[in-house]
Amino acid sequence: MLEITDLVHSYGSHRVLDGVSIRAAEGELVCVVGPSGCGKSTLLRSVAGLIRPTGGRVLIGGQPVDRIPDNLAVVFQDYSRSLYPWMTAANNVALPLRRRGLDRRRRREAATAALDQVGLADAADKYPWEMSGGMQQRVSIARALAYRPSLLLMDEPFGSVDAQTREDLEDLVLRVCAHHGMTTLLITHDIDESVYVGDRVVVLTRSPARVAADLPVGLGDSRDQIATRQLDAFVRLRAEVGRLVRGGSSTSTVLEKH
Amino acid sequence: MEHARVLRGVAGVAGFLAAAEVVGATGLIDDRFLPRMSTILRGAAELLVDQEFLADARASLAAWGLGLLLTVAVSVPAGLALGALPPVERAVRPLIEFLRPIPSVAIIPLAILIFSDNLHLRVAVIVYAASWPIVINTIYALRDVDPLAKETLRSFGFGPMSVLLRVALPSAAPFIATGIRVAAGTAVILVVSAELLAGGAEGIGIYITEAASGNRMDLMLGAALWAGLFGVLSNTALVAVERRLFRWHDVRTGAAR
Amino acid sequence: MNVIRAVGRLWLVPVTLVVWEVATRAAEQPFFPPPSATLARMGEMWLSGPPAHLLLTEQAMDDFGPSLARLFAGWALAAVLGVAAGIAIGCSPRLSGYLDPLIHLGRAVPPPLLVPFFLALLKLSTPAQLTTIVFGIIWPILLNTIDGTRTVDRQHLETARIFGFSTAQRLTRVIVPAAMPKIFAGLRLALSLALILLIIAEILAGSGGLGYRLLTAQRTYLYTDMWGCLVVLGLLGYLLNSAFLLMERRVLAWHRNARQTT
Repeated sequence: MLEITDLVHSYGSHRVLDGVSIRAAEGELVCVVGPSGCGKSTLLRSVAGLIRPTGGRVLIGGQPVDRIPDNLAVVFQDYSRSLYPWMTAANNVALPLRRRGLDRRRRREAATAALDQVGLADAADKYPWEMSGGMQQRVSIARALAYRPSLLLMDEPFGSVDAQTREDLEDLVLRVCAHHGMTTLLITHDIDESVYVGDRVVVLTRSPARVAADLPVGLGDSRDQIATRQLDAFVRLRAEVGRLVRGGSSTSTVLEKH
Repeated sequence: MEHARVLRGVAGVAGFLAAAEVVGATGLIDDRFLPRMSTILRGAAELLVDQEFLADARASLAAWGLGLLLTVAVSVPAGLALGALPPVERAVRPLIEFLRPIPSVAIIPLAILIFSDNLHLRVAVIVYAASWPIVINTIYALRDVDPLAKETLRSFGFGPMSVLLRVALPSAAPFIATGIRVAAGTAVILVVSAELLAGGAEGIGIYITEAASGNRMDLMLGAALWAGLFGVLSNTALVAVERRLFRWHDVRTGAAR
Repeated sequence: MNVIRAVGRLWLVPVTLVVWEVATRAAEQPFFPPPSATLARMGEMWLSGPPAHLLLTEQAMDDFGPSLARLFAGWALAAVLGVAAGIAIGCSPRLSGYLDPLIHLGRAVPPPLLVPFFLALLKLSTPAQLTTIVFGIIWPILLNTIDGTRTVDRQHLETARIFGFSTAQRLTRVIVPAAMPKIFAGLRLALSLALILLIIAEILAGSGGLGYRLLTAQRTYLYTDMWGCLVVLGLLGYLLNSAFLLMERRVLAWHRNARQTT
């Protein structure tokens, strides 16, 4: 579904991405984790077609990304800057659907349904500034869902909310991505989160970013904030990812287990 | 980047002049009323050696400078007093709120009655109208001073007067400077308005009135062009001074402009 | 309670009026009529008409009608031109590079200086007055719109790109609303500037209207009338500004609230 091959990007003489290759199968949720400032966002922006990478290639569904693909949605970290404060939640969700050729009534229905899915059925007519941060990020997620993309990109989607909200949102993402069978690329600097949410975890090195490891998670489809995090497999994998993010080398023992 | 920007600006000005000249050359517009661009530029150049224009410009400039100086001398202390004494400010504010919206040029007819001397007239009108932005900015600036900075000094046993001088004044200064820059622009408008309305012997407004009665459109526009260039230069100079003086001041935009 | 507070806030106004009244009565200076006389004259001039016309006299219609029409026509024209051009220039860094020096020069030319020129060019007083107003007040609208358009949050624009907004959608749903707070600030500044230019244009190129009336009153030694004009102009400026603020508060409710919560 998503094939990133040898992606290279430089800002002037400063190289940020140094030959990154990542694949994601249909319906897979791949977490990309790496130290802060390692070029994760550049990677996401290249996949989204927001910037043109210096080298390498991105294919989505076999199609090369040379402009912004129309089957892709993004959830940004900073919900306050990605939702439009002059529109209600429902209008924020419904506006992109014009492109799908839906009439006003169908757009409204789709928006209501998406808001319902993220648990905000009652907040359709509220403005973003009338909501908490977690609610606003739910609206962003609803906007992406309603758009029915085949690829969902999430850039540190839970980076600006408190811990409790974060866990709720993680479970929400797991649930809706599985429900829609959406291929998802989630970028985070949080090791714990990458292991909890991902089907696979791709670890990037410090800048310029390369792929340090590509680890299958193998915790099964149903996860639980408490029980899953207590599993030995979770704890070991989290430690492994942690070592890699800090620049250590992969210990083969963990890889052999999977 | 900066280089490209300058080039573009020059190209834009050149393009505008050329386009205006071409439109003029087609004869679509009667050039007795809207002279060709080349004629206007020639007129503007001639003004530089025109003794009469230079004397008029000097007279306006003197009134502007004197008026602005007096405005600053009156309105900064007034603003500081009002800003430092909130009860007085609260009492005076309704008066300010009624006086300020009176369109400044409307007081010129009244000023004509009071002042027989044209310089006094212009200076008085400037002081009245250009004081508002400075007074208001000064009041707001003083109110905005970080209370922590004031309390720190007070905790070291400094009296209210030295708190005002050492903390309030320096941190209000950039806002006061912005107010002065706005006032300088207002003062230009008032000088020429007073000259156009009250008449008199000298001044760029007088020059333009005379050029108008002689149907010299090129000289009128040339004089207006010089006035505009003067405005650009004085504004640029004031901005540069502000930047130099207040480098420590973190860029807090959104103050009155 | 509110009354007490209002008295506490406004006490200086009646005090000033009384002092002014006493001083002017004592001085008996013709240029400075007592405020009571000014007020009486204002009522006589403008508010002694038939109840069917809300007491407005014919003279009130003659004075206020043309002035307000010019004011709003000039302001609306400048708003349309300034906002449209500002959005176009703000969206294109290249275009703004070409036009920047011209805009700064245009803004710096004192508009009153051009009144004789506009009058000679356009012959008729109303077009000359309108041109003066539009030329004079378009700059704050233009500059604020450019600034507002240029500083639209990058993520707002990227979101629009990701979700494939059409050019029209991007303009009407993202750029214009985002620039609206700055545009409104420019429009408000322009409104008070418009009143100033209206007066000067009516005085210099006059044929009716408040500015013209102000000048004729002064020239014909009707000093009470002149003061009446001054007072009413102050009221007009105050009302226009308050009305605009009220509208701004309604239209930009999202802006105020969004700023408070973040």
